[in-house]
Amino acid sequence: MAASAMVGASGFGNWARLAAQQSLTQDQLLEFDTFGNVSLIHVTDIHAQLKPIYFREPSINIGVGGNKGAVPHVTGADFRKLYGINDGSPTHYALSSGDFSSLAQAYGKVGGMDRVATVVNSIRAARPDALLLDGGDTWHGSYTCYHTEGQDMVNVMNALKPDAMTFHWEFTLGSERVQELVEGLPFAALGQNIFDAEWDEPAEDLFPPYKFFERGGVKIAVIGQAFPYMPIANPRWMFPEYSFGIRDERMQEMVDEVRAAGAELVVCLSHNGFDVDKKMASRVKGIDVILTGHTHDALPEPVLIGETILIASGSNGKFVSRVDLDVRDGRMMGFRHKLIPIFSDVIEPDKDMAALIDAERAPYKADLEEVVGQTDTLLYRRGNFNGSWDDLICDALISEREADIAMSPGVRWGPSLIPGDDITREDIWNVTSMSYGEAYRSEMTGEFIKVILEDVADNIFNPDPYYQQGGDMVRIGGMAYRCDVSKPQGERISDMTLLKTGEAIDPSKNYVVAGWASVNEGTEGPPIWDVVESHIRKLGTVTLEPNNSVEVAGL
Amino acid sequence: MDFTRRETLALGAGAALMTILPFRANAAVEDVIAEFTGGAAVADGGVDLTAPEIAENGNTVPVSVEAAGASAIMLLAAGNPTPGVATFNFGPLAATQAASTRIRLAGTQDVIAIAKLADGSFARASKTVKVTIGGCGG
Repeated sequence: MAASAMVGASGFGNWARLAAQQSLTQDQLLEFDTFGNVSLIHVTDIHAQLKPIYFREPSINIGVGGNKGAVPHVTGADFRKLYGINDGSPTHYALSSGDFSSLAQAYGKVGGMDRVATVVNSIRAARPDALLLDGGDTWHGSYTCYHTEGQDMVNVMNALKPDAMTFHWEFTLGSERVQELVEGLPFAALGQNIFDAEWDEPAEDLFPPYKFFERGGVKIAVIGQAFPYMPIANPRWMFPEYSFGIRDERMQEMVDEVRAAGAELVVCLSHNGFDVDKKMASRVKGIDVILTGHTHDALPEPVLIGETILIASGSNGKFVSRVDLDVRDGRMMGFRHKLIPIFSDVIEPDKDMAALIDAERAPYKADLEEVVGQTDTLLYRRGNFNGSWDDLICDALISEREADIAMSPGVRWGPSLIPGDDITREDIWNVTSMSYGEAYRSEMTGEFIKVILEDVADNIFNPDPYYQQGGDMVRIGGMAYRCDVSKPQGERISDMTLLKTGEAIDPSKNYVVAGWASVNEGTEGPPIWDVVESHIRKLGTVTLEPNNSVEVAGL
Repeated sequence: MDFTRRETLALGAGAALMTILPFRANAAVEDVIAEFTGGAAVADGGVDLTAPEIAENGNTVPVSVEAAGASAIMLLAAGNPTPGVATFNFGPLAATQAASTRIRLAGTQDVIAIAKLADGSFARASKTVKVTIGGCGG
């Protein structure tokens, strides 16, 4: 705050008090002294999670270059120490890893869009003209979202009445479906970096760069920033008409344009990922607030870059951020912020929203609830190198597809299950659902497997955030390796070992590799959710050993 | 083990990707620049080069260059087997000294623009464009 000209209180401190109490009420979670003249409500990366879930935050989230040791690359006990969070408190459970299974039993599930609706309504009761902004990754990630091609999420979000949205996984519905849904939206679909691929011109007909709002007597411009690397991280052939990119030169042009048109507050609704937004905030002048998304980070305090505040609101419906702003004389003078965790046993569901969600799910109820097996192990995804859900998926690929090595994409969505839980079909779809989920079986040389690992590692560990895509390392089953995160591309991966024989991977030898979520058109194979379901049925009860097959160096 | 025809084709595609190396550079680049500048000193700044950080398709990467008052701008792909891409010449009646094109990149490399400015001096800009296999977006 020292470098900033802004004055006024921030909302820090609420959290320490809350944590000390060890017990929660809805009033405590929603407690907020309304401040200034503008309120922003931010939700992002919901990944179609309509119902409460468990979601374990990562224990390994390595920062590189200038972001080494900086939030959000601080996890577990270090994170709690940094923010003064007591061990075992509700805040510990909501925001950090460690003791997850036992705390999950104590504090229950999180999220649920009916609870989110209660929080949004409560903020609107205090500030009727609050802006609700959705950072995208909303129309993806569940059984019902897949089968309705995003319609269930569109219906639920329309009922929540957002003011604007930006995009990422939505485009994997295919451009035709995205266009159909966007044309019907009663709110703005924003993206200054969504371009027509053929002409390299802004695709402004469907996706305007920004929208003006007049709230609390303040002229606010909200500029959208879609995920920059969609055609690279996701299958380009599904939306060939579109091009993206960071395009921070154009972001600066848009900020200058809205300022010239009288904007007193400039908000960027972004799906860049946290470190990319940090860099963008240092290069683009004149943005007051960046509502970040994509990398699924949940931070209890804003991060200040110059005079821009960055807000990180988590994922999977687990959090809602409220940001109150004091805007006077054409500039942001101060802010108050709270990251509100959606403890589903504490926050009362909104009845209308609960009824709508149940209606959306009703046609699929029997399929969703079918119990496939049980788990004795905590199943989670987040972490730079592996997660137990992906260990299970890789086991399924090796076993069901008769492969030497398995690859599972390093996505960051997918809720958790705690020991003793049933595994339902819905649970399997929550961690696998996508429009290109074919489980391929292919043969690759040892050399090519290394090329893939080096390529993906550079998407995470390139020291320049603009060259990062915001996912995690591709998960590997059946093979061990060493990764030195401090090295350049081509030198990070070594000591590749085939686990079933204990032999070193031979660069010139062919190995049978099974995987899923290939970005290549024409990929064939059974859907991954069927492969995983079949594997779990054979196991009955899932019990996984800790995965120590990746040795991390260069920290 | 048996492979279907399509799986075999997929392997062919995989083999093609193996030509992607971490970073490509071509020693001929400095010679080409020296030829363009006649060996004169080249300053950083004075020419704008716009290119994506990561190419959506390495076979057709949109690149634009602009240098106010320039009489010529040379564009190079420093890691391609033949680094020369184009030299744009601007006559005295040119309204702006800007050009856009699409280029093919053999792999991750620097794209370089050298402008000959109105006063006869030379300016340089470069940007690393990553060409990647893709997949795995969070």
